[in-house]
Amino acid sequence: MSGMAAMSPQRKTSWWKRNQRSIAPWLFLAPGIAMFALYVIWPIFASIWLSFFDWDGLGKKAWVGVGNYVELIDDENFYTSLKNNVIWLLMFMLAVPAGLFMAIFLNQTVTGIRIYKSMFFFPFVISQVVVGLIFSWFYAPGFGLLYQLIEWATGTGIAFLAEPDYVTYALVVAGLWPQIAYCMILYLTGLNNVSPDQIEAARLDGAKGWRMLWHVILPQLRPATFIAVVVTIIGALRSFDIVSIMTDGGPFGSSRVLSYYMYEQALSEYGYRMGYGAAIAVVLFAIMMVFITGFIWKMVGDERGV
Amino acid sequence: MNVSIKSLLLGVSAASLIAFGASAQQRVVRYNADFDAAPLKAFEALIADFETANPDIDVQLTNFDHEGYKTAIRNFLTADSPDLANWYAGNRMAPFVKAGQFQDVTDVWEANGLNEQLASSVGSMTIDGKKWGVPYTYYQWGVYYNKDVYKKAGVTEPKNWAEFVANCEKFKAGGIDCLTTGTKALWPGAGIFDYINLRTNGYAFHMDLTAGKVAWTDAKVKATFAEWAKIQPYITANHAAIDWQDAAALLVQGKAANYVMGNFAVAVFKEGGMTNDTLGFIQFPEITAGVPRAEEAPTDTIHIPAGAKNVADAKKFLAYVASAEAQTKLNAALGQLPTNSKSTVGDDPFLKAGFETVSTAQGVAQFFDRDAPAEMAKAGMEGFQEFMVKPENLDAILERLEKVRAKAYN
Amino acid sequence: MFPKPIEKASPLAQILYKLALPLALVIWLLPLAGVALTSVRPASDLAQGNYFGLPSAFAWRNYVDIFTNTPLASYMRNSVIVTIPTVIGTVALSCMTGFALAVYRFKSNLLLFFMFVAGNFVPFQILMVPVRDLTVQTGLYNTYLGLILFHIAFQTGFCTLFMRNFIKGLPFELIESARVEGVSELRIFWFIVIPLMRPAIAALAVLVFTFIWNEYFWATVLTQGSAVQPVTAGLFSLNGQWIAQWHLVSAGSILAALPPVLMFFFMQKHFIAGLTLGATKG
Repeated sequence: MSGMAAMSPQRKTSWWKRNQRSIAPWLFLAPGIAMFALYVIWPIFASIWLSFFDWDGLGKKAWVGVGNYVELIDDENFYTSLKNNVIWLLMFMLAVPAGLFMAIFLNQTVTGIRIYKSMFFFPFVISQVVVGLIFSWFYAPGFGLLYQLIEWATGTGIAFLAEPDYVTYALVVAGLWPQIAYCMILYLTGLNNVSPDQIEAARLDGAKGWRMLWHVILPQLRPATFIAVVVTIIGALRSFDIVSIMTDGGPFGSSRVLSYYMYEQALSEYGYRMGYGAAIAVVLFAIMMVFITGFIWKMVGDERGV
Repeated sequence: MNVSIKSLLLGVSAASLIAFGASAQQRVVRYNADFDAAPLKAFEALIADFETANPDIDVQLTNFDHEGYKTAIRNFLTADSPDLANWYAGNRMAPFVKAGQFQDVTDVWEANGLNEQLASSVGSMTIDGKKWGVPYTYYQWGVYYNKDVYKKAGVTEPKNWAEFVANCEKFKAGGIDCLTTGTKALWPGAGIFDYINLRTNGYAFHMDLTAGKVAWTDAKVKATFAEWAKIQPYITANHAAIDWQDAAALLVQGKAANYVMGNFAVAVFKEGGMTNDTLGFIQFPEITAGVPRAEEAPTDTIHIPAGAKNVADAKKFLAYVASAEAQTKLNAALGQLPTNSKSTVGDDPFLKAGFETVSTAQGVAQFFDRDAPAEMAKAGMEGFQEFMVKPENLDAILERLEKVRAKAYN
Repeated sequence: MFPKPIEKASPLAQILYKLALPLALVIWLLPLAGVALTSVRPASDLAQGNYFGLPSAFAWRNYVDIFTNTPLASYMRNSVIVTIPTVIGTVALSCMTGFALAVYRFKSNLLLFFMFVAGNFVPFQILMVPVRDLTVQTGLYNTYLGLILFHIAFQTGFCTLFMRNFIKGLPFELIESARVEGVSELRIFWFIVIPLMRPAIAALAVLVFTFIWNEYFWATVLTQGSAVQPVTAGLFSLNGQWIAQWHLVSAGSILAALPPVLMFFFMQKHFIAGLTLGATKG
């Protein structure tokens, strides 16, 4: 360091020297912002613009105004997708309490517990494609493990992926498997940092079990809960891989979600309705923006508080 | 890190190298295709023959994965056009023709007498009075059945629909699925619909329906579904969750008796252990007496993209592929039917039956999802699948399809 | 410590707990164990309906078969070629953006920061058509570079959040004193901050590696065929060809899952540190 100071010239400090504090951040930010603007920010607006056109990806784009949205309002598949998104969202939230209880279950110091924790976390490390394939096998009619278990217990197996009324729930269960593991690891880390003093104090006051959890532990786990809720909501609304791998939205579209329906309309074999797909994406985006705004609101509050 | 960047660059440059690998004297014809392993070999042989006959031409085949090709073609037609590209006949080629992506090749047809030799494909290759490509193969659809299962249930080949339905009753008593299918990918269900519709209402009605000229709530459509309803209870229960190959296994294992399928399934049946002695084929039985028999025979085709650079040699290749000798050899290797009526088929009983079936048919349909535009095809096939699971939803299904028809055809 | 440490409970409870642990684990990993077992099952077992018993023989052949008969090796190689440059690019970009947003005070700082954060949460579908068009038009469709560039850009959102919060936690006095000594901003970044960021860089590298290796949606949108497509998309198309051949599907799945699993086991500390950043402090 001292060498550098010695090197600095005696003359008037250069323009760069005087202004580097205000210019440097922009130099550091430029590549990141450029990439992000090109691949994330601009496409959002381009998609919104495209949703007012009819385009098959080959010919000319034709302006249809709000035509795509009018069509959406009258599209049964859209409502099926929306309904399934709600099911995903509600059921997926189970990952938060389930992860919490799993973390509490594992938060001990018996021998080998570290290995157990890693193994329980395992599903999150695996690609959703593999999770989807694993559960396809699990549910497969005839020889699937679950199918056989049910057949053994009740006499007739259930092909969950062929049943329009069950299929979405079956998919959510597959999605929950890694998500619970994720929430578990968040809570395990959170539990590590719970203040022992407060627990001792509460114990002296006679708190235990549920009351201890609710009044003493959970308030201290709030940061973990916030992250768990955020990633779970986003994960639920982004669900695409599992649907694509396990059912392609079937049978007859009953397991579609908005993200998959959009892909189907825009890029699948029978699709190439880019404008209509964009309109579906805009709706999904609007729904997610409600949540994103909420998260950001809280984070801005935290920033200000710091 | 060095390694990864190097291989990254290598990957990119290797791709561009292939395109310039031909020797300088030869004229290059670039051909994009979507063959599976076995057809790929057959086509490599055909290309070798063509190059022997035309030593100054080098055909460079770029083979794509079959599913990925459907997306890829839209990109390479605009971004990096080859001189030849595989596709399908019927309405499936209409979006490309209308967008000006395929070239008119009527002259190839006229110069080589293809209008006569390929007569059965004229209809499916013509849009606006012009030909847009050349067909090289098709295959029949029909009813494949397990002869052992027929014997065990004491059942004979049905002569008509009433007998087919009566047989189903007997199979059911024996705990066997009368008709199997796997509709996870949707299209196998459309084969069943097409045949019941063709036999109930005839070829012209099929073409009008897929062309959007008839309402889905029409009484004739309902008549088709009424016939379908007769066998619905006898169809493999979990068909919506299984693929067509899974259903083929059911036929092989004797758990199912009949399968409405394309001839490509024969290979799967035989891999599973069936032989010419245990596997049977019949034409789909007659439903309405007096309706002329029409068949499904989806046709695979080759086209010249609008952006082709070597059109003259591409046309030479098309003429070669259309010729009787080339199609005889090619289809013998493919195990399918030549589209050229001057070609011959080998000894395989299923090919012989297919050639007989298709060449004597009063009409040849391409298949529901090739005759109907994409949006209608998708909605229709979902409707068919739903009907097979929940036949009580029929009215709602037909209303939904009618709604799609209102917007899919403009 | 919550709940009450088990060693303070009754001996019976301790025994029950130690029994419950493996039992719960077996149930939790049952689907995975089933697939792992299927992957070493000879095809003949499946044909004879032996789906759940012990395999009649360990068919390591399945693993050899998928390498010799399918382009799985090529898919795996593609995944490596896409993932590693993405990790490097993302970490490099987010070190810079995180540094800029953590150290400098300027008007639009928070706005930019939350732009990165919010962008990280948007649905992929709102980006799909324009990103795909852009990639096709620049000739990058079905190239490694096309996929890598998008991944770098998108991951920068999450990584900026991560890096910025990490740098905020560093002692700011270090930077202050360097400035007093007249060290240029670039040198502060390179010689003072970067060395302190090693744990964050390791954590992010492990995380991004896993995310990108496991990524499926963009792989199907921006690439096709075995020449460039990564293993997730490859598995999907192989699954289409392997119908009813669950021993191959299983072996392929296990192989595709292996690299991130190894990464997780060897770099567990970094992995969890990355994933749970923010789970402990408000």
